[in-house]
Amino acid sequence: MFWNEKAECMNKEEKEKIQLERLQKTVKLAYENVEFYKKRFDEIGLKPEDIKTLKDIEKIPFTTKSDLREAYPLGLLAVPREEIVEVHASSGTTGKPTVTAYTQNDLDIWGECIARGLKMAGAKKEYIIQNAYGYGLFTGGFGIHHGGNRMGAITIPISAGNTQRQLDTMVDFQSEILTCTPSYAAYLGESREKAGIPLEDINLKIGIHGAEMWTSELRNRIETSLGIKTHNIYGLTEVMGPGVAQECKQQNGMHIQDDHFYPEIIDSETGETLDYGENGELVLTSLTKTGMPILRFRTKDLTSLIGEKCECGRTTVRMTRITGRSDDMLKIKGVMVFPSQIEKALLKVHGVTPNYLIHVTRPDILDEVEVKVEASKELFSDEMKEMERVEKQIQSSIRSETGLRVDVTLCEPESLPRSEGKAVRVIDEREFE
Amino acid sequence: MTVKQISIFVENKEGRIKKAIDTLAKENINIRALSIADTTKYGILRLIVSDNEKAIEALENDGFIVKENEVILLSVPDEPNGLNSTLAVFDETGINLEYLYAFVSSKTDKAIVVMRLENMEKAINALNKNNIKILDTQDIKDL
Ligand SMILES: [Zn+2]
Repeated sequence: MFWNEKAECMNKEEKEKIQLERLQKTVKLAYENVEFYKKRFDEIGLKPEDIKTLKDIEKIPFTTKSDLREAYPLGLLAVPREEIVEVHASSGTTGKPTVTAYTQNDLDIWGECIARGLKMAGAKKEYIIQNAYGYGLFTGGFGIHHGGNRMGAITIPISAGNTQRQLDTMVDFQSEILTCTPSYAAYLGESREKAGIPLEDINLKIGIHGAEMWTSELRNRIETSLGIKTHNIYGLTEVMGPGVAQECKQQNGMHIQDDHFYPEIIDSETGETLDYGENGELVLTSLTKTGMPILRFRTKDLTSLIGEKCECGRTTVRMTRITGRSDDMLKIKGVMVFPSQIEKALLKVHGVTPNYLIHVTRPDILDEVEVKVEASKELFSDEMKEMERVEKQIQSSIRSETGLRVDVTLCEPESLPRSEGKAVRVIDEREFE
Repeated sequence: MTVKQISIFVENKEGRIKKAIDTLAKENINIRALSIADTTKYGILRLIVSDNEKAIEALENDGFIVKENEVILLSVPDEPNGLNSTLAVFDETGINLEYLYAFVSSKTDKAIVVMRLENMEKAINALNKNNIKILDTQDIKDL
């Protein structure tokens, strides 16, 4: 039931003792070996010895994505380069990518975190993992792979794409676990139905999905169309990759592996630390990584923390579903909108796919929003008035979810842009001077 | 008797209609009638073709959304009022017309009208009652 019961079910005192010891060690390692951190500390006269309690972490300056970008490619190493055995990078939609480097020990930690998640979801050593996350610089594919290896389960490195082969593999190998982005899982579910493969012919039991925001509506779709129980997984390249946190069978918050990563929630405007239960930006500090330790990384992901022991028996801190990214938040006509709200609104309309693109422009002085949605066979009709009715229905669903009046455009299946298997959700062409 | 029409969802993007037609041509499928209903953003391409099953498979393989549904085909004398008397039947019985398009064949001097009505069953009954002949699949094969 537990991969590492000692670590996952530790009491508070024990946990905090370990966290403090590891934090002090990490701070010392970073200060003594990484010029960037030394400079940051020296600027405010902070010494590693000043970190005497966990609360003292608040004295440490934040690290941002742009700090990592400036250190591109390997400027933040805390160990000699020859100790690094693997690197990954997050795609650079703006500017240079951010690189993360791993020692063998770091990879072992990664595998450990993923293995804990697999077990949490009910995986057994004899299960087959169909790993449909992309393999490459992206952390998804390799991260899950390291975890599968750690657990000793067969991991099929099928990577993302090639839907026919994915379906064939499900049927031929009878894989029990599917790991991929939620949008791809939904697509595979749709494709299974379209191909007329009965649920009895596949053997999937568990889905582990992350790297994108998703709603409970999308979760329902995936679970029904593939006959699985899904588990939200969280992580980010800058900190490690997937596996920082994951849902157990309770599907009630993601257990953060908090003996390896120390979570805080801050007010993204003021930088002030918030209490458990309050919604704000997640900040993560690595506690055990040595290749590229990271102190107080601002994830931009908005969530809240749950401190109570979970019904599954684990005591690790949980984070709630990501409700948005502080930099994904769109301010349209003065209204705050998250893409996840649009997705939620779409999925309330029968037959609508979760494949959408929000296109924001400002042709004159007012914002205009066009939501493009890929049409499906279910909503297509030979009658124009029926198509217009669907568009109106989508429009009013978005309106009641966000308060915004938007233009809705139906477009052909698979016509919206996707990058590295990840859907592009927002194109904002407004120019702000 | 009704005839089955196929409808295709096409974005108003350059080349999409051509792509759909090309897909059918590659499979040697004859297009007997075609009409487009469109907005500025997308269109619904409606077709009467020689082999629906083959057409749907080919189009879906090329990523199109396709639907098949029933329409009524009538031959109407190519003269003033030729269509009006038929439409009057629907008016009298209160059946709304969803859409209509027409084509001519070189083998007959009559125009062929394709119609979709709100209530197809009622429409067929009304036509039968008025002794208006509805064309079936066999009839159009000979055109
Ligand atoms: Zn739990």
